[in-house]
Amino acid sequence: MKHQVMGVINLIHETDDLERLTQNRCLATVPFGARYRLIDFILSSMVNSGINKVAVFAHTKFRSLMDHVGSGDHWDLNNRQSGLFLLPPATDDIQEVSRGDLYHFYQHRDYFNRSTLEYVVIARSHMVCNIDFEPIIEAHKAREADITIVCKKHADLMGGKARKVKMNADGRITAMQDHYGRMHSDVSSMEMYIMRKDLLMELVETSLAQGQDHLVRHAIFSRIDKLRVFGYMHEGYLAVVNTLSSYYQSNMSLLEPDVWREVFFQPGTVFTKGKDEPPARYLGTSKVSNSLIANGCRIEGTVENSILFRGVHVRKGAVVRNSIIMQNGDIGENSLIQHCILDKDVRVQYDRDIRGSVENPFLAGKRKII
Amino acid sequence: MGRKKEMVAMLLAGGEGKRLGVLTKDLAKPAVYFGGKYRIIDFTLSNCAHSGIDTVGVLTQYQPLELNRYLGIGSPWGLDRKDGGMAILPPFVKQKGGVWYKGTANAIYQNMAFIERYDPNYVLVISGDHIYKMDYDLMLQHHKKSGADITIAGIEVPWKEASRFGVMHVDDEDRITAFEEKPKSPTSNIASMGVYIFSWSVLQKYLMYDEASRNSSNDFGKDIIPAMMRDGLHLSAYSFRGYWKDVGTIESLWEANMDLLDDKPSLDLADKEWRIYSVSPNRPAQYMASGASVTSSMVTEGCIVEGDVERSVLFFGVTTGKKSIVSESVIMPNVQIGKGARIYRAIIGEGAVIEDGVCIGSPDDDAITVVAVGEFVSNEPLLLEVEPS
Repeated sequence: MKHQVMGVINLIHETDDLERLTQNRCLATVPFGARYRLIDFILSSMVNSGINKVAVFAHTKFRSLMDHVGSGDHWDLNNRQSGLFLLPPATDDIQEVSRGDLYHFYQHRDYFNRSTLEYVVIARSHMVCNIDFEPIIEAHKAREADITIVCKKHADLMGGKARKVKMNADGRITAMQDHYGRMHSDVSSMEMYIMRKDLLMELVETSLAQGQDHLVRHAIFSRIDKLRVFGYMHEGYLAVVNTLSSYYQSNMSLLEPDVWREVFFQPGTVFTKGKDEPPARYLGTSKVSNSLIANGCRIEGTVENSILFRGVHVRKGAVVRNSIIMQNGDIGENSLIQHCILDKDVRVQYDRDIRGSVENPFLAGKRKII
Repeated sequence: MGRKKEMVAMLLAGGEGKRLGVLTKDLAKPAVYFGGKYRIIDFTLSNCAHSGIDTVGVLTQYQPLELNRYLGIGSPWGLDRKDGGMAILPPFVKQKGGVWYKGTANAIYQNMAFIERYDPNYVLVISGDHIYKMDYDLMLQHHKKSGADITIAGIEVPWKEASRFGVMHVDDEDRITAFEEKPKSPTSNIASMGVYIFSWSVLQKYLMYDEASRNSSNDFGKDIIPAMMRDGLHLSAYSFRGYWKDVGTIESLWEANMDLLDDKPSLDLADKEWRIYSVSPNRPAQYMASGASVTSSMVTEGCIVEGDVERSVLFFGVTTGKKSIVSESVIMPNVQIGKGARIYRAIIGEGAVIEDGVCIGSPDDDAITVVAVGEFVSNEPLLLEVEPS
């Protein structure tokens, strides 16, 4: 199939409640699942669905994003026929940076206009799933929809925040509401929108002219009865990672081997930036159970129900339980770490005892020494 | 013509690796897996990358398919360059008919045009069969300082093993006074590592001279070096200290993998200053299940471990079933090990399937068992036993 679809990963005002994890980085590059960043999931899903032109609308704190995606080669997006376009706000007035996403879509309209591709898939980075867009685009065409929104029924939000959607028997969306609204519905929006490119451009221009600023809340909500907006139910795994609680719980959900297999392999493989770390080393004193361990780790102590990113060192006598330890963490001898999230390069000295709880995991910022 | 290069590397990667048996049935020796995620050739290519060498000719011959696919355009080693970079050099057909590479020297001889493109002062000749980390730039400094025509890297080996190598006698000024290729009763234990730096004009002359000689086997160790010795050229030895291993046999391949499992291994793969680059298998993090026990081992991305693993190396994508035992073994990529299976002192080839309850090897046996690539081992296994040499 020759694909006529372009991708947009929209990071404009992507709301997050991840506290210090997003102090210096955007939500899209929050480390997730022992060796990935959140954006890897949607980026890989797009690529695996045959979408080979992807724009990332960067907004703020995107240094880590530039570092991570680079030229797009890790996602096979740097050849003649494909491309990864990292588009930061194009404005010379600093105040306009904080305007809604419609304004930024307008500023980046050349990306759309230069291309001959007919359809656009717009997504965000915090919906962690492995999804094939091909059948969704087929369904979109078959139903003669103006807009198709990918949704999930009975989603286990694990404390994450998602918009609610109401549908009629035909699958047509009749109402949408932000996560704090009172509307009752068991369907959550996955914030993935499929539409023709010319419709998107029309929505952008007419809505901006009417003083509207937000694509979903304004341009789509207000036209929900005029446009043919359909929902497409995603059957697979979904994690909505925009709160600290959902971040912790959705990481932990990867410890279920069935989830592990699905999220990382089905329908396609999830790609990320390579690091050339050697395999993980387990020494004579290591004890590991129910854990995800990345390459480059050195385990001399005990690790249970935990997620260790690349290059973590658990020293002799140290115990790590129900925790997430990011890249290059160093857990000193005889220290106990329980229900903790340690950001990159955190060093825990020896004989420390640090405990959080499931509801309120202890969070240590990048490079902290404890 | 490319831009002039000070030194060009020629990497001999055509080794058939006969002594690795079923592991090299469809695979050139340099492409054999090593150390959990690497292939043997990654070590020399990474050495080039860290030594500031940006032009590498890789001479391939036997079973090149998988090796060529693996090397690609050299991107993982930073060798995808506009100027120079990696070139794969297989034997090719010429107007007067092509020939197979007759020997190591002939392989270089047939590719003299490649070297001439870069008009180098020096040519580094290395082989893709060895595991070591070495800065070739230090060796080049030595070569320049000594004013030698050729510098050979040498390493002290145990006396009992010396007869497997080319051995050198070296005087106080690092000058090589005698060179013997695989002597029956060695009189020196300084082995040639098969790492040579030649001044290009000298090498050029000797390659042509060697090609014209009818009785030559066209080999560096057997012909070129002895001829240079006879002619009284200045041959210098560069002494290397560190880990170096020829992994040409089942035993040495197994041993070299086991060497990595020491608490402080002499070959440190975790050295951030000297990363060994490889093509990333891109798999998710390894999953250690609740009943798993992993000690003194190396495990790679994409593995799911449910059983016991001790003193073993697991490559990417290996799964081990509940109550299985993997001991003192090397398990190559994507091997599936069933429930209750037991594996002792074995090398299991890529993609093999070991059914539930199968036992391979024995804890009290010194022999190393090899299971071929893609083999399916059920309860009545057909195994290839390799006698210890």
